[in-house]
Amino acid sequence: MGLLAYGDTGWGDELFFATLMTIAVALAAIFIGFFLAAIFASFKLSKNKILNLIGSFYTTVFRGVPELLVIYLFFFGGSGAVMYVAKIFGYEGYIEVNAFLTGAFSIGIISGAYSTEVFRGAVQSIDKGQFEASEVLGFKKKIYYYKIIIPQMLRLALPNISNVWQITLKDTSLISVTGLVEIMRQSYIAAGYTRDPLFFYSFAAVLYLFLTFLSMKMFNKLEKNYSKGF
Amino acid sequence: MDLDFMLEHLPRLLKATKLTIQLTLLSLFFGIFVGVFFAALRTSGNKILYYISYYYSYILRGTPLLVQIFIIYFGLGQVEWIRESFLWIILKEPYSCAIIAFTLNTGAYSSEIFRSAFETVNKGLVEAAKGLGLNKINTFFKIKLPIAIRQSLPAYGNEMILMLKGTSLASTVTLLDLTGVAKHIISTTFRPVEVFIVAGSIYLIMTFIIHNFIKFLEKKYNYN
Repeated sequence: MGLLAYGDTGWGDELFFATLMTIAVALAAIFIGFFLAAIFASFKLSKNKILNLIGSFYTTVFRGVPELLVIYLFFFGGSGAVMYVAKIFGYEGYIEVNAFLTGAFSIGIISGAYSTEVFRGAVQSIDKGQFEASEVLGFKKKIYYYKIIIPQMLRLALPNISNVWQITLKDTSLISVTGLVEIMRQSYIAAGYTRDPLFFYSFAAVLYLFLTFLSMKMFNKLEKNYSKGF
Repeated sequence: MDLDFMLEHLPRLLKATKLTIQLTLLSLFFGIFVGVFFAALRTSGNKILYYISYYYSYILRGTPLLVQIFIIYFGLGQVEWIRESFLWIILKEPYSCAIIAFTLNTGAYSSEIFRSAFETVNKGLVEAAKGLGLNKINTFFKIKLPIAIRQSLPAYGNEMILMLKGTSLASTVTLLDLTGVAKHIISTTFRPVEVFIVAGSIYLIMTFIIHNFIKFLEKKYNYN
């Protein structure tokens, strides 16, 4: 247990902050994913064939290609892309994109592909009568989306969002290859330093289990809350 | 985008695809046995067996695959008695470690798929089989199993695709599978986009094949 002591003698504090980092990346990624999913789900639901195609292309590619390959694309290609854009605006220097942003974006794009399908499914499962009724009642489009469609959609989508969250949380472990110090990377460092990989990787597994357990409990509570009156 | 560059590296990537396919097929093959085993424990009615299976799948599904590979590849080598036993012949190779990790992982997911498939088999059918005088073994193989296989096909197809993507983690334990080679090419040439397009397309083609294979099976075993 001395290995987990807080302070300079053990790895307790390092692992604690690494856990916070994992949570931070996962949260950033899932929100980037939601943002992308809102756009691409509307593409997939639109009547425009080209937009449909773009939406399908996004979900097929990012659900069909391994997460690690996507991370390498952004890790090696990220600063190149940013520098290319900067060059257009006349900046010639070297820009390094930080590991947190690279990780959050690459996992976010993957997470978004799963969320797109979840959102699309949830909107499609809302009774068409609801759209018609709110139209007849004269609601403005904005209001009827925010007050009628989205609340119902969230309730239907919640169990699946919970799944996407679990996938996203576990995918963050792959960002460790870019050097961002989250649970996996910290365990790797500690394992190398102490020559005790079995202990540190098992402890990492426990941390992940704790996180997935905790989020499951929270989602169950949310689900109960959102299904009031049903 | 540089087409010549892409074509130049295509053969190397295709060669690495062989390892990816090998890892996927072997893990899925062994994973089916692990999955059926734990699904059987889960539905056995014995409380202890039930909890063993429950926690097995809970732990393997609640932790990232990367941790599981690292525990098996880096962690187990640290244990003295494992290093001295015959197990070390298997566990010192990254190839077999990867397959063990993938098998245990896909086994956990498939056990859930198979379990829910067995639970959806209509009780009336089992009773009817009993009424017709079929014994337990026959009921299992002729009635329950075919229906459960058909039921689990769509979910198992997804699991196959997840496993295909999961084998990319073999590259973290020094294996040169498709992702491993792609990373190597990227880090020596700094052309991430081109390599991503080629390697990604190979993965997508494999996903597409699995998807259609499952669709074909679903049609074949459709009983409606």
